[in-house]
Amino acid sequence: MPFKRYVEIGRVALVNYGKEYGRLVVIVDVIDQNRALVDAPDMVRGQMNFKRLSLTDIKIDIPRVPKKKTLIDAMEAADVKNKWENSSWGRKLIVQKRRAALNDFDRFKVMLAKIKRGGAIRQELAKLKKASSA
Amino acid sequence: MVAFRFHQYQVVGRGLPSAIDEHPKIYRMKLWATNEVRAKSKFWYFLRKLKKVKKSNGQVLAINEIFERNPTKIKNYGIWLRYQSRTGYHNMYKEFRDTTLNGAVEQMYNEMASRHRVRSHCIQIIKTATIPSKLCKRESTKQFHDSKIKFPLVFKKVRPPTRKLKTTFKASRPNLFM
Repeated sequence: MPFKRYVEIGRVALVNYGKEYGRLVVIVDVIDQNRALVDAPDMVRGQMNFKRLSLTDIKIDIPRVPKKKTLIDAMEAADVKNKWENSSWGRKLIVQKRRAALNDFDRFKVMLAKIKRGGAIRQELAKLKKASSA
Repeated sequence: MVAFRFHQYQVVGRGLPSAIDEHPKIYRMKLWATNEVRAKSKFWYFLRKLKKVKKSNGQVLAINEIFERNPTKIKNYGIWLRYQSRTGYHNMYKEFRDTTLNGAVEQMYNEMASRHRVRSHCIQIIKTATIPSKLCKRESTKQFHDSKIKFPLVFKKVRPPTRKLKTTFKASRPNLFM
């Protein structure tokens, strides 16, 4: 099947290894076959190996190696942050983070909520079974 | 980037002043070495081959490390070098694309070791220069001179985000499609 996510100037990627793990960066230029120059609003522009990047579906419109201000404006215009947080991948990461930060009382509340939800599902299922058998 | 193995130094030295020569000529060299001690030693090695002066009758006046002026700008570096192969000495010109000169030099040493089995002590750097894109000679650097460059990543390596989470066995086979 053809490829949908390309390494190109303006592609948004997620760092999946190393010190910058979990950060969303923009590819602003390609150094060579294995490395790209990446930039994000709150970090110094630096080089990164493609092995450390996971490409996303989001792409913004920027010239080659833009100034920091141009980059931030372009990211605002393309609304990268909201697009990421509403995408299924972004939402999964947010949920993971929340779950990792629960304390014991929160986990207790989650357990009660799960039991309640399971009970409601089973009641509905029992009703449907009765209706179909009757 | 990770710390560079090779640093660029500027070494300035001259022969000691003597009765025949009150103010000997001062020579400056830019060279690559792993540390300052080695840089000074290399300086005398090269200077001995050019002028009649040795470390015993000379003095190093200054040694400074040279850092990259623009480490966020991608540049094409051309490196001229002289290396010793199993059968003799050869000159070579190589091009690299990198953000810093130290990075390009490190790439050069790695490439010479892998492609030609030349160890670092058999390589002498004659000259390095930043080459504008129009004057690059090698296809492998010229193929990245495209402002609308676009290519897919074909193979995704699945690895845990830290080495602590590494396991020998996994429950399912990985998905390698990007």
